[in-house]
Amino acid sequence: MNSFPYLTVLLLIPIGAAVALLFVPGKFKKLIHTVSVVTSVAVFGFSALILDEFKSGVAGYQMVTVHSWFGSLGIQYSLGIDGISLFLVLMTTILFPIALAGANEKRNTKSFVIWTLLLEAACLGSFLATDLLLFFIFFEATLVPVYFLIIQFGYERRGYAAVKFFVYTFLGSAFLLVGILALAFIHQSQTHVLTFNVSRLANTHLSSMAEVLLFLAFTAAFAVKAPIFPFHSWSPDAYSESPTSGSILLAGVMAKLGSYGIIRFDLGLFPHAVVMLAPLFLTLGAIGIIYGGIVAAKQRNLKRLVAYSSLAHLGFIVMGAFALSNEAVSGAVLQMLNHGIYTAALFLLIAMIYRRRGTHLLDGISGMQKSAPILAAVFILMVMASIGVPGLNGFVGEFLILAGTFVTHRWWAVVGVIGVVVAAVYLLWAYQQVFHGPEKGHYIENEPKDLTLKEGMVLAPLVVLVILLGLYPKPFLNRITPSVDKLIGHVEQKARVKLPVPASPVASEAHNTQYGKAAEAFAVVSDQKTGVYAAGANNRDASTKNCYGSLWSVSSPQKPMSIVSCQARIS
Amino acid sequence: MVTGVIAAQALHLPHVNYTTIMPELILLGGMLVLLLVSALFKKGLPRDFYASAVVGIGAASLIASLVLYHDVAAHGSFTAIAHSIDVDGFSVLFLTLVSCITIVYPFFAHAYMQREGFEGVEFFALPLISGAGAMFMASANDLILIFLGLEILSIPLYVMAGMDQRRETSGEAAMKYFIMGAFSSAIFLYGMALTYGATGSLNLAEISAFLSKNYVFGNGVLLAGMGLLLVGFLFKIAAVPFHFWSPDVYQGSPTVATGFMAAIAKAGAFAALIRVFMASFPTLASDWQPLLWVVIVLTTLFGAVVALVQKDIKRMLAYSSINQAGFILLGLQSDTSKGIGASLYYVFIYSFLILGTFAIVAIAGAKGDAIHNIDDLKGYAKSHPFLATSLAIFLVSQAGAPFTTGFLAKLQVITAAVEAHSYALAVIAMVSAAIATGFYLRVVYVMFSEGTGTKNALSSGKEIYSLSPLGKLNISPWLFTGIVLCLSVTVLFGFWPQPLVDFATHARLLFR
Repeated sequence: MNSFPYLTVLLLIPIGAAVALLFVPGKFKKLIHTVSVVTSVAVFGFSALILDEFKSGVAGYQMVTVHSWFGSLGIQYSLGIDGISLFLVLMTTILFPIALAGANEKRNTKSFVIWTLLLEAACLGSFLATDLLLFFIFFEATLVPVYFLIIQFGYERRGYAAVKFFVYTFLGSAFLLVGILALAFIHQSQTHVLTFNVSRLANTHLSSMAEVLLFLAFTAAFAVKAPIFPFHSWSPDAYSESPTSGSILLAGVMAKLGSYGIIRFDLGLFPHAVVMLAPLFLTLGAIGIIYGGIVAAKQRNLKRLVAYSSLAHLGFIVMGAFALSNEAVSGAVLQMLNHGIYTAALFLLIAMIYRRRGTHLLDGISGMQKSAPILAAVFILMVMASIGVPGLNGFVGEFLILAGTFVTHRWWAVVGVIGVVVAAVYLLWAYQQVFHGPEKGHYIENEPKDLTLKEGMVLAPLVVLVILLGLYPKPFLNRITPSVDKLIGHVEQKARVKLPVPASPVASEAHNTQYGKAAEAFAVVSDQKTGVYAAGANNRDASTKNCYGSLWSVSSPQKPMSIVSCQARIS
Repeated sequence: MVTGVIAAQALHLPHVNYTTIMPELILLGGMLVLLLVSALFKKGLPRDFYASAVVGIGAASLIASLVLYHDVAAHGSFTAIAHSIDVDGFSVLFLTLVSCITIVYPFFAHAYMQREGFEGVEFFALPLISGAGAMFMASANDLILIFLGLEILSIPLYVMAGMDQRRETSGEAAMKYFIMGAFSSAIFLYGMALTYGATGSLNLAEISAFLSKNYVFGNGVLLAGMGLLLVGFLFKIAAVPFHFWSPDVYQGSPTVATGFMAAIAKAGAFAALIRVFMASFPTLASDWQPLLWVVIVLTTLFGAVVALVQKDIKRMLAYSSINQAGFILLGLQSDTSKGIGASLYYVFIYSFLILGTFAIVAIAGAKGDAIHNIDDLKGYAKSHPFLATSLAIFLVSQAGAPFTTGFLAKLQVITAAVEAHSYALAVIAMVSAAIATGFYLRVVYVMFSEGTGTKNALSSGKEIYSLSPLGKLNISPWLFTGIVLCLSVTVLFGFWPQPLVDFATHARLLFR
């Protein structure tokens, strides 16, 4: 194990820069802005170093740092990174420099960059924390910078949006805090150790009722943060009233705190409840997909449109998380990254349109393609990625999610596919309205018409990622899947997952003989309360090379096997 | 013959161990010296002298408190002066806290009086008396002494509430506070009488001993006594439904006095409340816990919801302080040593939060406390970045933002409640905290938004402070130091909680 505290340093760089900038007089705007961009790029460089150090194929936490922080309450400062958090950390470190460089806050630059850097530290801390209370603290700490970013730099209704955002998410957190404490005390009553360490708490024995209640308490916070339908009503206001950087960070990074929380904590800590309530949340995800799409189609404000499309995309991620198959959860993790990238790009592009036309309203803009062909090209690329056109990143994630969901929960996947079509409708409508048709509306004077070099440089990394992730996702999946497999294995082992269709004893015997080793792993256990369970503790080798992964590998000797494992699950 | 014996016994004076009440004696003695010295000078002495003197007196009593702390840590807790004074970790914590409040207060009072053009020693002398009263309440082991402490604490506060004679509202506040205070004292006294009737003693330890040895059949008198004592305390800490006086009094009093009142009255009343219920009535926990449960639900929710619709910042803070009182009660309600530690920590850090908050509200309020409409704070961040940022930190901390003391305080009381399996209560309290963020953040939003209020609070502040050495900040060095003190407590112990938490934990460990 490497003793260098990579993760702590990663957190300290933005905090240190923010503290240092505090002492720079506010009038040196250029200097402050440059320093902040350089800092955030340095953070990215450092996270790239972490990516390099990260051992692919390892499932557990790496680069772990543990220190006691608040002894009497058992709170530890403990950080770690695994396949689930790795790319979220990278996405965070990529989006922050872009948000900082792409932002154009001429008033009060100092306050803007300090809050943004603190927000970066808080977001990174949330993704890295392996102590539940430390996670909670970082999770809450993200609210304050965002609040200040919205109220100082937002649009007309910023006050309303900021308070709504804060109160809503805090309300969710209220339940999360009580849930965390309750879980820790239940664990303490069993082991006489008061700890908030996630891995240790995962071994708590919970009664069915307690587990469901705790799951709901945790999920309340994550569902609001993500947001999951019907807890989303703060998000269109907050996204549309935020400054551009705020929208990018809210939709790109902070929304992932919610879905990350679901995958990391709900699945890790309450497997039984997750399995039990999966249909409910799959349904909410599916409703989110359809509802978000339909409402997005009705929006006349571009930012609100992207906000609702985010709701739909988060619906996919939630669906993937609760589908509980290796492919779907891997897809959900990957889709978090994808969604961050193209949503950030879309918000940036909308800001660029605003710079030229002074409005976010679809009715005020038309026919921009003639004067801004490159802008139009990048926009349509991001729209395509968002719709999920093959070859671009959105497709990979959505396909994995839908394929994985289809294996375990067929009809929800079918509904999800409809959502993809709806996404095509509203995004292409919006594109047509803005860029095609007769040239309408007036340009703001003294502003460039097409993409400038600086804007191009801000967008370039996102364009590269959209294509790279779309064409060659293997290196990403290689790092994600071991952790996901471990998580799913844990869920199956703990919850003794019931197969989607209860197999009769005869049928399951047939499995054993027919499918050899892969099916042998499914020890069928009878339980008085819930019928027939199958424990799939050792099915990892069969499902690691999942149905989809094999499409991308050059040769696929495992393919027949993976179909077997899929079939085993269906039947 | 018989009468002679009684007389001899009555005249028997207990041995007085003066070191055990040294902090109280320093405050009271210092107050007398201050009054005497000021009387010797016909024209009075400069404000700087008074303020420095009070800081000095506070510092001396802080040292005396720390000496006592050392004693307790070395030799364990003990009682003194005919078992009416407790010297334990609990009392030492409050002695320290009250000393700290006494040290911080003159910084704000100085700036306030400078602006208002007030002269005189009273604004500095009265808090010392109040402080001594709060200390007696915290270290008393006897209901009589608690009552005396309560009165010593309260009477100077009534006067301070009415100090601003130019405003009618100030007089009204004093009158209301006095009548309601007297009313609650009477209830408290009646509770004492009934408790004495049921248990035969006013000494907290003896009450507890009596209750643990005897099972009181048909204990209506005892329960009534306990209930009335509780009501008396709830009046003082302004818990719902005994809160009606607080918004008017908070609003009407001179703002700096409001801050002091909020800090010291809470400290004293909570100290006595916790001690009485933990030391005397632990055996009756199953009777007072449900009562407190209801009070906490009402207090937290009512405080948060009503604060949302307030337009006056002082009224808003009054309701916010009602909400916070509910949180402090949460620790006591759990009836565990951890809960008590959490409540103590909460009281400790809240005092600094509320002192700092009201100090800035006082300065923003302009001459004569004229401007207390929240909307008038518009643009405050631009004109007074330091004050606005500090107020934002205090408010966000009260809302419970991480890396401030407010978060750890809420975390600990909620932890205590969850550990005692009061899940519903914990959730309700947290929901109230979520509602509360709404009004705390509204103030922050207004300060950081563009434009200026109808009456700009700032212009009136400038003329007073523009000549101060800290010219750029537009505030007097006294005020600046005071705010920095409160800020450093709030932020420092937010990052580095252990020492303060240990202090509160020791308090409950040595608690008898």
